[in-house]
Amino acid sequence: MMQRRKFLQAFGLASVALALPKIVFARAVEAFKANSVDDVLKNLLGDMAVEMSDQINFKIPDIAENGAVVPVTVSTDIAGVEKIYLLIDNNPTPLSAVFDIGPKIMADVSTRVKIGESSKARVVVRTADKAYMTEKEVKVTIGGCGG
Amino acid sequence: MQRLLTLVLLALTAGPAWADPAADREAMRAFYEQRFPSIPVEAHADGAYAMDASKRAQWEEMEEFPPYEFTVDEGETLFSTPFADGTGYGDCFADDGAVKHTYPRFEGGEVVTLEMAINQCRQAHGEAALAWDSEELMALVAYMAYASRDEAIDIDVPTEAMAAYERGKQYYFSRRGQLNFSCSHCHMQISGMKLRAEVLSASVGHVTHWPTYRFKWQEVGPLHRRFVECNEQVGAEGLPYQSQSYRELEYFLTVMSDGLPMNGPASRK
Amino acid sequence: MASIKIRAKVKNGVASVKSLIPHPMETGTRRDADGNVVPAHYIETVVCEHNGEVVMTAEWGPSVSKDPYFAFKIADAKSGDTVRISWTDNLGESSANEVTLK
Repeated sequence: MMQRRKFLQAFGLASVALALPKIVFARAVEAFKANSVDDVLKNLLGDMAVEMSDQINFKIPDIAENGAVVPVTVSTDIAGVEKIYLLIDNNPTPLSAVFDIGPKIMADVSTRVKIGESSKARVVVRTADKAYMTEKEVKVTIGGCGG
Repeated sequence: MQRLLTLVLLALTAGPAWADPAADREAMRAFYEQRFPSIPVEAHADGAYAMDASKRAQWEEMEEFPPYEFTVDEGETLFSTPFADGTGYGDCFADDGAVKHTYPRFEGGEVVTLEMAINQCRQAHGEAALAWDSEELMALVAYMAYASRDEAIDIDVPTEAMAAYERGKQYYFSRRGQLNFSCSHCHMQISGMKLRAEVLSASVGHVTHWPTYRFKWQEVGPLHRRFVECNEQVGAEGLPYQSQSYRELEYFLTVMSDGLPMNGPASRK
Repeated sequence: MASIKIRAKVKNGVASVKSLIPHPMETGTRRDADGNVVPAHYIETVVCEHNGEVVMTAEWGPSVSKDPYFAFKIADAKSGDTVRISWTDNLGESSANEVTLK
């Protein structure tokens, strides 16, 4: 909690300057480098147990039009969400994005990700003391005549 | 289905003496109406997205904030930047560039595409022509396509243009390449079906949404780039952009889409 | 590079912010036409501020798409508030843009 407040304070100052100093906040550097889902989750969550949940809306296509740009939306009504993690199992490094959900932000984010080959995609939503996960299979085809 | 296609082909492959673009267009539309009774002909302007719901859903998500917007903005800046002699594109193109629905045209004895008209404008005002594959030209065309959105395609085929129109039509129906396919095989005969996991779009509505941001290209590209890809995919050699055959093919296809609203640029897989 | 495009709407006190961020997002594993590896160049951190206060950060890896789209919602927002989005990438480059909510 304390670390997080310092983290945000540092940002408050840093936002005045354009460049954000790298040393001031702890990036999930190791998690982004990890090449297995287990290592990513261990790095991000430590010993925290992960519970499968049906309360996470994970919108991602079943068959991606093009693996370079796959639209993703994650939203949930679970209370007290602090982090949303997006993983693509079969990407060389599964961790795709981390969203730090401050108290003034709703747990509802969208982006577009690269999926290298057909893969399971997962979302992990973390509160102060619990982690919840949901997953979906995404097929990626390399198009023939249109590809 | 086979009989209808044969009748359509007979109607469409008559030579210049019988050329009747309006009749050709009606015959082609009738073909697609019969083949896709639940899809209004104008809806084919969305290509394969008119045919497949899950593809359409993804496409609509992309169109919420589409990646071609940066190129359109670039084009707008270029369009409003004066030439060295103080004039600008606005002196050649009316309505702030909302003229793409009137191209290609038959002028000076040949089919003139918007790209050619842009370079003609530049050269008339002492500027160097842009390369057919240049980013600058792409951005200008993207901007003008965006400005022309919702305008109904309006193309004339005057008598002197009939031969060029017929050549475009012949190209569309001629077999080529190692696979020996013509455009009509994929885009009429088996349109709506899958070929190597791709849904084949109809030719009515083919030209309305260009230029296109293809995710495959990760950039905006012109219609002629797609012609090259189609040629290569049937094992034929592609032609250079803006070559006569491609311009005449574009002319034919645009006449087939006459009356349809422009909806470019568009994102596509 | 073009600037970050931001579209924001306020409804019932919630600001829906959508952004399109121009950036190559190179993974570092792609090869160019000449066969040379294109070096990794991707946004690492995105910071979102509401009326000058940091409300959200995102950390990205190279598997976020080129010219990333990013949408989020700010609770308790109103017309006249400012929303600012800034990023830094792995090469130390950065950019920012800001809008005022209507």
